[in-house]
Amino acid sequence: MKTTGRFFVLNIWVVGSALAVVSGAGVVIGFVIWRGVPALRPSLLFGSAPPWKAFWGHVPVFDGLWPAVLGTVSVVLLAVGFAVPLGLAAGIYLAEFARGRTKQMLSVAFDILAGIPSIVIGLFGFSLSLSLHRFVSPRIGPCLLLSGFCLGVLVLPYLIRAVQSALEGLPLSLRLTALSLGAHRIQNLRYVLLPSSLNAIATGVILAIGRCAEDTAVILLTGAVALAGKPRSLLENFEALPFYIYYVSSQYTSAEELQRGFGAAIILLTISLGLYLIALSIRHGIGRRVFYGR
Amino acid sequence: MKRRVDGLRSEKAVRMALATAVVTAAALTGAIFLYMLVLAFPLFAHGHVFRVLIQDWAPLQGRYGIRPMIGASLALSFGALALAIPVSLGCAAFVSIWGRPKPALFVRRFVQTMTGIPTVVYGFVGAFLVVPVVRDVFQAGSGRCLFSAILVLSLMISPTMVLFFIDAMESVPKAYVLAASALGAGPAEKFLWVILPCARAGLITGVLLAFGRAFGDTLISLMLAGNAAVFPSSLFHSVRTLTAHIALVIAADFQSLEFASIFACGVVLYAVNAAIALVAWNLRSRLLENRP
Repeated sequence: MKTTGRFFVLNIWVVGSALAVVSGAGVVIGFVIWRGVPALRPSLLFGSAPPWKAFWGHVPVFDGLWPAVLGTVSVVLLAVGFAVPLGLAAGIYLAEFARGRTKQMLSVAFDILAGIPSIVIGLFGFSLSLSLHRFVSPRIGPCLLLSGFCLGVLVLPYLIRAVQSALEGLPLSLRLTALSLGAHRIQNLRYVLLPSSLNAIATGVILAIGRCAEDTAVILLTGAVALAGKPRSLLENFEALPFYIYYVSSQYTSAEELQRGFGAAIILLTISLGLYLIALSIRHGIGRRVFYGR
Repeated sequence: MKRRVDGLRSEKAVRMALATAVVTAAALTGAIFLYMLVLAFPLFAHGHVFRVLIQDWAPLQGRYGIRPMIGASLALSFGALALAIPVSLGCAAFVSIWGRPKPALFVRRFVQTMTGIPTVVYGFVGAFLVVPVVRDVFQAGSGRCLFSAILVLSLMISPTMVLFFIDAMESVPKAYVLAASALGAGPAEKFLWVILPCARAGLITGVLLAFGRAFGDTLISLMLAGNAAVFPSSLFHSVRTLTAHIALVIAADFQSLEFASIFACGVVLYAVNAAIALVAWNLRSRLLENRP
């Protein structure tokens, strides 16, 4: 590559900024690993309780992250259980049935939904709980179910867009084959279009799971607390990993607690990056092999 | 013939079910905004609408304006953009045209993976790495200030922006670039005079969406900016953004005007991000029309 004179500056800038972005993220990941690895022992998860019993929930864990892990898993399952069916249905409708002006209006609505900051969705959930508290039952407050619902709303637009673009990306020849053999549209959808876009849809779902697991602002307002034990009921408060990390950074009282915060950061980082890599490998065609054996 | 009729009937049923789902999902967009408006109503009813937006925050004197928070959110997002745009542009140029294939692919994969780093981890590292450094180097009080938040936030929004920029630069028609090469342009000339102007719309979309992300981010400003509700006057002062204000006041008495002020913040956040989504959508559809 020839670079002379005034473009020398440009060259330095381009290479320098690539280095800056990479090293910036490298410092973040490296710092978490450096400070967190010493905390990675069974006691990080289970504290002083016997690990095997605590794993199955026979003994409560007071000074470990296990309840937070369980809380995160259950809130993510709730969110995905709500958002995936709805997102799948809405995405299919947008790609296959909506046309013209309706389609435009709907896509704008989902673009706006995708842009809403997560704290505003959390605030929506919080005020929803206030209304339910007043008009339905005084037992309802910020809780696991509410957090799951709000996280579902948060990832819904991403899911819809993933499903829609997966279906719209299919080649026309594939679309027409089954129809020309006499299948009707629903059969075509069920037996041809959905199976062929399975990889892309699965990628979208996994990325949505990652986003649910890492988001803090929503659960901050809708029911995550620092001390709740393992999640017991849908209508109670719960612990969660990202909330624990935030909590430690603002009010840790001892070096061990801070250490546990770094441990939690490592676990969350591993979960997020792991999910991301899984999504990437599925996009490159592993899902088909898993589901169909070829 | 009977199968055909069955097919039509089942198509109608499925279509209805799917339409219900899509309407429910779209209704959520409106429902959230209406909820914010209704709950912010006491504040608007007590005073002038604009008073809320331009007054200071002094609950003890009965002033519940959110001007300091709006100022802080704007200062933080523009600061982060000012830092992130040049770096992201350079990084995207490295990936799409500059670098040799192997390093370029590595940087691209790395940046893609970066989008998976949780925001709260950025905030956590910021609180225990960036804040002490800022405190010691700039003698800035506790170190929790606008500047610390800008540093970390710019790193957080970079990957999305880089990926958008790469897309924009790679969608410039190859023929244009080849034509420039044939006229004797080097890589730098091609970048400055062909690729940047042609990719303009895509680049603007990327910047807009990054601004939305920065404006709506909660955790980094909450953990790093210090949260003092005063209008930002210096890079090294503690500030409180709209998002952090919502997170901090949530514990207040539910009937109070203080509580209503967080819904005013919600309305502002919603309106700004909706406007960004609309402009970005408009840009994108114009982009599609122009393409042959």
